[in-house]
Amino acid sequence: MSTPYYVSPDQIWEDKKVFVDRGIGQAKEVVVLEYNNGLLMVAENPRRTIFKISEIYDKIALASTGRVSEYETLRVVGIREAEVKGYTYYREDVTGKWLTNLYSQHMMAIAQAWDVKPLEIELLVCEVDGVPEIRSQIYKIAFDGTYEEMEKFAVIGGRADAITEKLNETYHDGLDLTEAVQLASRTFESIEVEEMEPYQITPQTIEVGCLDVTNGRRKFRRFTAEEIAEIFSHAS
Amino acid sequence: MLKPDDYGKTDFLQILKSRYPEQVADWNRLNKGQNDFPHNFLEGTTVLALVYNDGVILAGDRQATEGYQVGERRIQKVFKIDRHSAIAVAGVAGPCFETAKLFQVQVEFYEKMEGVSLSLDGQANYLSSLVRMNLSLAMQGLIVLPIFAGYDLKQNKGRIFKYDALGGRYEEDTYYAIGSGGKDARSTLKKMYRPDMSEQDALTAIVEALWDAADEDIATGGPDLIRKIFPTLTAITEQGVSDVSDETVAGLFEALVSRLEQT
Repeated sequence: MSTPYYVSPDQIWEDKKVFVDRGIGQAKEVVVLEYNNGLLMVAENPRRTIFKISEIYDKIALASTGRVSEYETLRVVGIREAEVKGYTYYREDVTGKWLTNLYSQHMMAIAQAWDVKPLEIELLVCEVDGVPEIRSQIYKIAFDGTYEEMEKFAVIGGRADAITEKLNETYHDGLDLTEAVQLASRTFESIEVEEMEPYQITPQTIEVGCLDVTNGRRKFRRFTAEEIAEIFSHAS
Repeated sequence: MLKPDDYGKTDFLQILKSRYPEQVADWNRLNKGQNDFPHNFLEGTTVLALVYNDGVILAGDRQATEGYQVGERRIQKVFKIDRHSAIAVAGVAGPCFETAKLFQVQVEFYEKMEGVSLSLDGQANYLSSLVRMNLSLAMQGLIVLPIFAGYDLKQNKGRIFKYDALGGRYEEDTYYAIGSGGKDARSTLKKMYRPDMSEQDALTAIVEALWDAADEDIATGGPDLIRKIFPTLTAITEQGVSDVSDETVAGLFEALVSRLEQT
């Protein structure tokens, strides 16, 4: 009988991390930031029907990056489980933290299995009006299911660290919608400029959604290219 | 947690049935031979809809009866479904509200899954299957009858759908009313309906129809001036679904009363 090769757990884990980093390193970024009416989500995404930002439930939205087929499955599962929970109990009982744990458990199970490849995705679960006294919550979930609570803003994708660094300098409280969209797209542009020839974000190359506390029960709203162009025209 | 055959499903009810069957009402367990079935459940009474030039208005009184008693004075029978549709339900309150809730969840579920709204005809057809689900209840005399109305963004007009207990779906292009006072409300709407009515004329006709229903039918509630309870009037236009304020409805009833006093 042949003996299986020994590979140390450290090595297995290291290999998985390298594999996922390579995948996510190429992924376009999504920025989520708090503005005066809730949370704004902005992604560089020239595609018209495949989204990185989507509505999950009344106060909850999902921003994702990485392999579309992988996060699309989680999006669908999230909506389904949220609807079942809200229908069984009460709509208020569906929370961002609950959804984060659901995703986390699933991603952890896949990352720890020895015979499947880990998911090459990162997620941001966004929620407004969830807990009294807290305007908004952002949970950042890594490929292995580990998650953390972010404050004010969060970034996922290949150059998340560089963008976070930029936002640390430029982000401030009390942004309105126009300012927030502008801040996000300027940040994208500045990162691109450092890497290649000058690049400009246009309404066609960007995806914008928000969770607006002033919207009724369903806080999520996706902006059309025309609406984004309108926002850009107001920007100084 | 993730079963591949679940991925493409946009039918919320199917998911409930396959994974959480205890959440789905199964009326088929009712004993069909049992004719002395207790019949004093809460029942919602009159609801109506009327097409006008900007869209369609759905309305309902606020009373529910329990046998010959008033069971509820401020019940809501009109529910928003999506941005451009709403449902009004008449019949046994429990299954009525369950149907409305399930319907709303389903339409929203579809929209989020697919990224586009379910068409108005798609919504109307789906409601047929929900009504049909209550068939064995209907056989016991415990009926659920909705009126579904919405603004069709493709045809640019308000549309009304009525149903029978077998799930039959029929479109009305003018007005409709159902429930214990439905016939009385219909008679009034028949006299007052005109093609291309203005919002004001539509509201006036509806308030008069509700008044007549409450006047003739013991189960239908009129405006309750002491408790400040007024019928629900909900307008659906290209701009969306919006409730007519209580103040406006109160004003319409005052105008109606002074008109009646003069005649």
